[in-house]
Amino acid sequence: MTKEEVFSRLTEVFRDVFDDESIEISESTTSADIPDWDSFEHINLILAVETEFGVKIPMGKAVTLKNVGELAETIISML
Amino acid sequence: MRELEYPFDGNYIIKKKKALRRQLLSEEGVRFTPLRIAILGGETTNDIKNVMELFLLNNKIQPEFYESEYNRYYEDAMFPNEELESFKPELIFFCTCNRNIAEFPEIGDSKEVVDNKLQGTFEKFQTMWDHVSATYNCPIIQNNFEPPMFRLMGNRDSWDIHGRTNFINRLNQLFAEYAASHENFYIHDINYEASVIGLSNWSDSSYWHMYKYGVSVPAIPFFSFNVANIIKSIMGKNKKVLMLDMDNTLWGGVIGDDGADNIEIGQETAMSQVYSEFQSYVKSLKSLGVLLTVNSKNDHDTAVKGLERPDSILHPDDFVSMKINWDPKSRNLVDTASELNLLPESFVFADDNPAEREIIRQEVPGASVPEIGNRPEHYIEILDRSGFFETTNLSADDLKRNEMYQANAARSAAKASFQNYDDYLKSLQMNGEIQNFVPAYMARIAQLTNKSNQFNLTTKRYTQSEIEAVSANPAYIDIYGKLTDKFGDNGVVSVVIGNIRNNECHIDLWIMSCRVLKRQMENAMMDALVGECKARGLQKIVGYYYPTAKNNMVREFFAERGFNKISEDTEGNTVWEFDLTTDYTLQNTVINVNKTEDN
Repeated sequence: MTKEEVFSRLTEVFRDVFDDESIEISESTTSADIPDWDSFEHINLILAVETEFGVKIPMGKAVTLKNVGELAETIISML
Repeated sequence: MRELEYPFDGNYIIKKKKALRRQLLSEEGVRFTPLRIAILGGETTNDIKNVMELFLLNNKIQPEFYESEYNRYYEDAMFPNEELESFKPELIFFCTCNRNIAEFPEIGDSKEVVDNKLQGTFEKFQTMWDHVSATYNCPIIQNNFEPPMFRLMGNRDSWDIHGRTNFINRLNQLFAEYAASHENFYIHDINYEASVIGLSNWSDSSYWHMYKYGVSVPAIPFFSFNVANIIKSIMGKNKKVLMLDMDNTLWGGVIGDDGADNIEIGQETAMSQVYSEFQSYVKSLKSLGVLLTVNSKNDHDTAVKGLERPDSILHPDDFVSMKINWDPKSRNLVDTASELNLLPESFVFADDNPAEREIIRQEVPGASVPEIGNRPEHYIEILDRSGFFETTNLSADDLKRNEMYQANAARSAAKASFQNYDDYLKSLQMNGEIQNFVPAYMARIAQLTNKSNQFNLTTKRYTQSEIEAVSANPAYIDIYGKLTDKFGDNGVVSVVIGNIRNNECHIDLWIMSCRVLKRQMENAMMDALVGECKARGLQKIVGYYYPTAKNNMVREFFAERGFNKISEDTEGNTVWEFDLTTDYTLQNTVINVNKTEDN
């Protein structure tokens, strides 16, 4: 799966979880860029990402991700 | 909402919870019952609350929440708390887990020490419940404890007083005894739920360490669904009626074709045992006060014989109403509801046939239609875990409710009529394949001539070689019909054979499988027959009806197709004619015939 494909599927996940069709994400997107992205929603986001890509993100990773780019790299490394 | 009915996709619910909430709240004309719920948690409860809200909204309950700070359940309950007091909770939910047990036994503890730890843990909870119920005087829901994640001594953990498993089981027993002796106090049995979905799925410790969830986030929908079921039951929103199909729901097989002696029920085969177990479950529901009714497409006298078998666990007098006829099941449901003076939304409709389930969903909003599938070994599980009849109070009235309603049912009520049955049929997206016999289907066609008893005008049986002979002989018209709908392929379901003599087509055989009854398949077959007769320049079609013990449902079949009755003898054999020299209007208006998917 290319990085573009991962980002396109990630965009859909973000839009579902935050219920906002206008969300655009990039490598540098962080929780500061999306108002609803608090620690509670982070759990749901990680679960939704895991379901979407069929991976299980290790606990250590899930709590230290810096931005969406790192999330995408983590996913790609597990596919 | 389908997404919120058991069995549901929990991860989907979590992902889409905001959109689902929006949808639930924007439904027109729904009147919600407001309810103030205080969640006092020993763990994080954020998503437990959010997902619970969805299930409550789906039950027309609109909650307003008070949520304690993380692990402040005891403090919130025991000490003066202005915020909670001004919230005026109408229900309090203590959401705790085994991480909240302060003192587990140590291996070196004496029996007295272990007992003190047990009593100490229990008393902390008991004091809290007593205090809260005196202060707020409202229903209390309390989680019991899930099994421990590890067993220090392995299997010995279950019986040795030093084992955590043993300790938790004893604690749960004390909780149960409190519930049994206190009104308005209800246990949320997470111990059972964890076993249903598996302890490893229930208690993934990463969710505790990362977010302080005692229950894994993917298990939350299941958890919240069960709490919501207790709440809707307390609020009097339980279902009251279980409406059951007969063929392949209460027993295996089609009683009209197979006969009461040959349906699968009893203890002789594995399948008959499965159906017997399901009947036992249904009968147990009756003892809880659930009303049982039948809604079946069958000949009444024939079908009732299935319940009169000595090895049938359910008997006709277990049902407060039996609608066994050829009417749309949606109409039968609405009629039953009005006879029992209940709303259709009090009904749970159980039927193995997905098309019947769909018509109820579309025509009778509010009635619950669980996806019981078509595998009877899963019927109990799906009905049971759906929580339709979650029992929070068991009164003397509940226990004799069946008798009350049996009397009510004796009163007749007005029948509702549906204008849009055709719309329902169109929504099934039916495609018919109606052709002359082809080699691939000869065996199935012969089988159908031998199996069909109800929708069978002449009850003439054929071997496969006879079918092949008919097909090869130009003096015969041979037509088979195959029907597909959006739920799948029904296979070859109808066959017509006509013998051509003197420019007339004499109908030797006209059969159809009852599973596609009232779908206009019979009309489509008529259209095809008339088309071929006209193409051959024939003058008329002659139809014959020979009554048997089972084919009463097609007594007037030819009249409904536009034939005129020519004669009737003392045995009830009738002969009918259809004039081919006038213009013909197609009778089928809903099935796409002989069109490939590309068209």
